Amino acid sequence: MLKGYSYMFPSARTGAALAILCWLGGAWAAWAQIKERFPKPDFQSGYIRPDLQTPAPRSMAWEMADIAVLAAALAAATYLAHRTRSRRSIFLLMIFSLLYFGFFREGCVCPVGSVQNVFLALFTPGYAVPFTVIAFFLLPLAFALLFGRTFCAAVCPLGMMQDVVILKPVRIPGRLADILGAIPYIYLTLTLLFAATGATFLTCRLDPFVGFFRFGATFPLVLFGISMLVLGTVVARPYCRFLCPYGVLLDWMSKLSWRHVKITPGECNNCRLCEDSCPFGAIRTPVLESPPPVGRMEVRRLAMQFLLLPAVVLAAGWAGAELHLVLARMHPVVSLAEEVLAHDAGKSGEVSDPVKAYRASGKPLAELLSEADALQGRFRTGGWLAGGFLGLAFAWKRIHLLVRRKSPWYDLDRGACFSCGRCFSYCPYEKVRLGLIPPDAVPEPPENNNLNGKNHA
Amino acid sequence: MKELKTDSSSTRRNFLRSGLRLTAAAALCGTGAVLVRKASSQEMVWQLDPALCIQCERCATGCVLPQSAVKCVHSYSMCGYCDLCSGYLQPGARARDTGAESQLCPTGAIRRKFVEPPYFEYTIDEELCIGCGKCVKGCGAFGNGSLYLQVRHNLCENCNECSIARACPSQAWRRVPAHQPYLLRGDEGLRGKRDGKA
Repeated sequence: MLKGYSYMFPSARTGAALAILCWLGGAWAAWAQIKERFPKPDFQSGYIRPDLQTPAPRSMAWEMADIAVLAAALAAATYLAHRTRSRRSIFLLMIFSLLYFGFFREGCVCPVGSVQNVFLALFTPGYAVPFTVIAFFLLPLAFALLFGRTFCAAVCPLGMMQDVVILKPVRIPGRLADILGAIPYIYLTLTLLFAATGATFLTCRLDPFVGFFRFGATFPLVLFGISMLVLGTVVARPYCRFLCPYGVLLDWMSKLSWRHVKITPGECNNCRLCEDSCPFGAIRTPVLESPPPVGRMEVRRLAMQFLLLPAVVLAAGWAGAELHLVLARMHPVVSLAEEVLAHDAGKSGEVSDPVKAYRASGKPLAELLSEADALQGRFRTGGWLAGGFLGLAFAWKRIHLLVRRKSPWYDLDRGACFSCGRCFSYCPYEKVRLGLIPPDAVPEPPENNNLNGKNHA
Repeated sequence: MKELKTDSSSTRRNFLRSGLRLTAAAALCGTGAVLVRKASSQEMVWQLDPALCIQCERCATGCVLPQSAVKCVHSYSMCGYCDLCSGYLQPGARARDTGAESQLCPTGAIRRKFVEPPYFEYTIDEELCIGCGKCVKGCGAFGNGSLYLQVRHNLCENCNECSIARACPSQAWRRVPAHQPYLLRGDEGLRGKRDGKA
C-alpha cells in the first residue's frame, strides 16, 4: 500500500503524466481485448480482495553453480584420463555427472543444445544469449582442443545414459561406420539452419534422453529414447557416434588436440591385446608394411578429388537452396502463411487453431505474407550455406580416404576417441606401471600377427 | 622404416597440425568474444501473453512435465464476483452450486465461496489445475476475463525451447526478463509493470 501511495503522489504533474501514459500504453492494449461486462463489486462486509500470488523463478544462483560444476567436472575428467588413467574413477565421475546434470538439473541447458542458442544469437540481432549458455558451449570445446574429448568421457549426461547400458558391443565395419558418420553432419547442419533462422531448436525437440531425466516426454520421444538404449547394448553409444551434432565440433577439436590420452603409458610393442578393447571402434591398427610407391593413378585420383571439390560444394549448395521452400515450413510463421493461403483458396475444410488465432488477431494478410517471404529468403541463403557445408564435408572425407595413414603402433583415432579409459587396462605396459606385473612379463608380440610386428627399432 | 618415424616435432604434418590448432583456438576465442558482446546477464524465462491466448488447451498437454507448469490465475481486481460465473459453471448448468455436474472445470480446481449477497469469490487450487483453460474461455466469453493462464515459475523448468511454445497455435509464448516473469492483467498487471520499472 505504501509503495502505491508514494508512487501516486510524487507530484501532481508526474502523476497525471504517468496516468495518461499508463492509460495510453499498457491499459489500452490490455483492455482492448477485455470487456468489463460486470462492474467491480463494492463490498459492504469488509471483504478484502486476496492478492494474486506470483512465485519467483528458481534462483539464478543455480546457473552459476552449473558453470562451476561443469568446469570442475571437465578438469577432473581430464585429470583422471590423463594422469590417474583409472577407468574406475572415470566411471564414478560419470555417475556423478549423470546424477547432477541429468537427473538433478534435468538436462537443461546442456552443451549439445547450446549450439543452437549460440547460432540463434549470432544470426538474430535481438536475441541475447545468457552467459551460462556461452560457458556451456565453449568450455567442452576448449577442453577438447587441449586434452581431447574428456567431456564425452565423464561429463555429458546424454553420453552417460548410453555408457551404462553397454553390454556386448559389436564392431561396426569401417565402411558402414564411415557412412553412418555422415549423419551427425547432416543433423548438425539442419540444427544450425533451423536455429539460425529462428524456426526451432531441432536437437532439443528430438532429444531422446531428456525424457528419462524428467520422467516425462511425448510417446515418440520415449520410444526413441528406449530404442536408443536397447540399441546401445550392442552398438556402444549410438547417439554419440552416429547422431550427436555437438560431437562433430568436439571431433574437430579433438583431432587437433594439444595433448591426447594414449593407450599405453609408455611404449607399444604391437602385442594386439588392446585391439578389441574399444567398444567405439576408435583404436586404429598399425600400418606397417612399407607402402608401394605412390603411383601415377593415385596422384591423378587425388588431384581429381581436389578439382571436383568446388563443383561438389556448389552442387550441394544449389541443392540446399532448392530445398528452401520445404525447409522453411519448419518455421511457424511460414507454415501459418501457407495454411492461411490454403484456407483462403478453400482447399482446407476445417479451420486449424493457428489460422483461427491469426484471424482473431486482425493482422493484415500482406504483413504476414511479407514476413513469410523474408523468412523464405533467409532459408534460401541458409540453404546455400548448409548445402555448401555438407558438400565440403563430403568432399573432404573423400580426400581423407585417399590419404595414406602412417602409424607403426596401435593408436587412437583422436576424433572418435571419448577418452573413456577402457583400453588402458588392456595394455601390459600399463600393468607394469601399476606394479601388477614385472617388466619382463610383458608379452612378446605374436610371431604371426600380420603386422610385420618386429620391424620397429 | 625410418620414413615412418613420426615423433620428430618438425614434420610437415605436425606443422600443419599446430597451425590448424592455433586457428581452432582463435576461432573459439573469436566466437566467445562475439557472444560475450551479445550476451546479457539478464536471465530470461518463458511466459504466455494472455492477450494472445486462444485457450486451445494445448498448455495442459504440451509441457514436458507430467503436470503442466501452466496454471489458471485469477486477477481478483478484475473479477465481478458473479453468482452466475461463466468460468465456474457449465453452460446451461441446472443449479448455481458447487456440484460436480455444475462445474466447468474438469478437475474441480476452482473453489467457490460466498462473500456477501450477491457476490461469490472464486479461488484456483493450483494443485488440481491442469492448465487446460476451459474456465478462461468461459470467463472471457461472458465475464470480465479475470481468469487467464500463466506459467507458474515455481514449477517451470525453463527449458531451452519450451515445448508448449512450440505447440502454441497463436504464438502467444515469449521470453520475458526473470525479474518480471509474469504478464498479468488488471491492477495486478499494472502493479507488476510499475515494480519492474522501479
